[in-house]
Amino acid sequence: MAEILVLAEHAGGDVKKVTGELLTLARRFGEPAAVWAGAGAEKGQARLAEYGAARMYVADGGDFDDYVTAPVAELLASLVAKKSPAAVLMASTGQNKEVAGRLAVRTGSGLIVDAVGLAEDGGRIIAEQSVFGGATIVHSAVKTGSPVITVRPNSTAPEPAYAAADIEQVDMQLSESAKGAKITERVVQERGERPELAEAAIVVSGGRGVGSAEDFELIEKLADSLGAAVGASRAVTDAGWYPHKFQVGQTGMTVSPQLYMAIGISGAIQHRAGMQTSKTIVAVNKDPEAPIFELADFGVVGDLFQVVPQLLAEIGKRSGSRLALAPEGLPAGHRRLSR
Amino acid sequence: MNIVVCVKQVPDTAAERKLKPDDATLDRESVDGLINELDEYAIEEALQIAEAHGGVVTVLTMGPDKAAESIRKALSMGADKAVHLVDDALAGSDALQTSYALAQVLHSIGFDLVVLGAESTDARIGALAAMLAERLSVPQLSLASKVEIDGSKVRIHRQSEDGYQVVEGTLPAVVGVVEKINEPRYPSFKGIMAAKKKPVTRMSLAEAGIDPARVGLANAATEVVDFAARPPRQAGTIVKDEGDGGSTAAEFLVAQKFI
Repeated sequence: MAEILVLAEHAGGDVKKVTGELLTLARRFGEPAAVWAGAGAEKGQARLAEYGAARMYVADGGDFDDYVTAPVAELLASLVAKKSPAAVLMASTGQNKEVAGRLAVRTGSGLIVDAVGLAEDGGRIIAEQSVFGGATIVHSAVKTGSPVITVRPNSTAPEPAYAAADIEQVDMQLSESAKGAKITERVVQERGERPELAEAAIVVSGGRGVGSAEDFELIEKLADSLGAAVGASRAVTDAGWYPHKFQVGQTGMTVSPQLYMAIGISGAIQHRAGMQTSKTIVAVNKDPEAPIFELADFGVVGDLFQVVPQLLAEIGKRSGSRLALAPEGLPAGHRRLSR
Repeated sequence: MNIVVCVKQVPDTAAERKLKPDDATLDRESVDGLINELDEYAIEEALQIAEAHGGVVTVLTMGPDKAAESIRKALSMGADKAVHLVDDALAGSDALQTSYALAQVLHSIGFDLVVLGAESTDARIGALAAMLAERLSVPQLSLASKVEIDGSKVRIHRQSEDGYQVVEGTLPAVVGVVEKINEPRYPSFKGIMAAKKKPVTRMSLAEAGIDPARVGLANAATEVVDFAARPPRQAGTIVKDEGDGGSTAAEFLVAQKFI
């Protein structure tokens, strides 16, 4: 059976949820093999085995932390040459789309980014993409080479299926041209306990209706009560009420969580482009004509400063029974609960 | 310094964008074409670098005749000249082919610094800076929220999921900038008038040394199998807050097992 290479996403040896999703998808097309760039493979092995990785190709040199994207692309290219996989899958992050681009150039393979689903048709992998701000659904396939496909987080539910995850060390001599962009310093900006916006199962976003940087705390409180990530509309980030990197929309991040809560967001096309593939959408806005209500599964027309505090109080009352959506890898009780 | 800014003309994001039913390529005729708004940050950054360090800013566009409008916009912001790669054989090229074609032009016109926006608002691939760096074998300094140049050294702040990385490379290099790295200038009246006289070189495949067998829809490494308009979402429940809006929202979230 052909191999499907899955680039493992990990931090400090912990495997991210999206990697379980990708391994689950990969099983439809062949035998999943995880590619581990950097240290900590032993720590990640159990999790990758749980989601069906037959093998782990491990390259643990420090180069992956020292240079931008090229070393990972080189590692993947060497594995593509040696193993002729049926596809290479990676999570759709800004960095990985660049790795995928370099890999496609190196291997002369077709590149598909931001797939929201993968299906098999006549031996080919068909990727579903949501384009033009989610208005059009496109199915694409790769005609040349080992398909290089980046898949958005939350595209599928990760399902365990145990496999061996045998570790195979990969020797790699990094080329000089891969050392052109050297990382000299890493600055980590405190994110607190919130999940990453791109990966979060729940996202709570605030818009112009929130009114000020100070009042954005209400959005954070609601997000924390649900174990959610915080997002913002462009109006908010343009006004400087919340950092730009949290912008959801056409020119910002695209998310498709299980639940998206749009608070004080009118739902201009700029914003809808970044969130309309969310599974469930809840909106609170005082304007009954706001276009966000066209997307909402549930909407409240009202003052967010009345509605959200009441919602927070209700969540507080019920939080003891809220266990269903604990993030992967954490026991439910480990999550921060608001009282 | 020889600075080249890559610019793409895209359909207006505020309009209804479509693929053409016959070949599933972008319908560029029925919607107004505008300069990709994320490219304006790249143009502004290139202009600021040229103002601070000296240099010539060349706009590079690949696209049909109509893309000349976006070239004029870039020139009216202050770029010095432009190269327009235009050839019917390029139509329908995918990311792999586009990066090949642009790299060939860059080889032929020469550069010290190539500057790009984060992605185009139509295709939204976000990999072109990396692909060009790979093809040109120069440092990839992308996702930059800050760019500093000191002699032949380029230092950027590269946006990451949890903050940023300081990344260094030497010229020649490819720089990709993110939104909000700067505040793009508006073209002045003088700039608009001056742009009309600035040189725009039209380049064909042969002039750029591009193999026609490596570009265009028929030779693409990817294909669109089918496409359709997204079915409208089912109408949801919208309630007016009568003092219990938060509670009813909570009930919905409980029913959906989010609480």
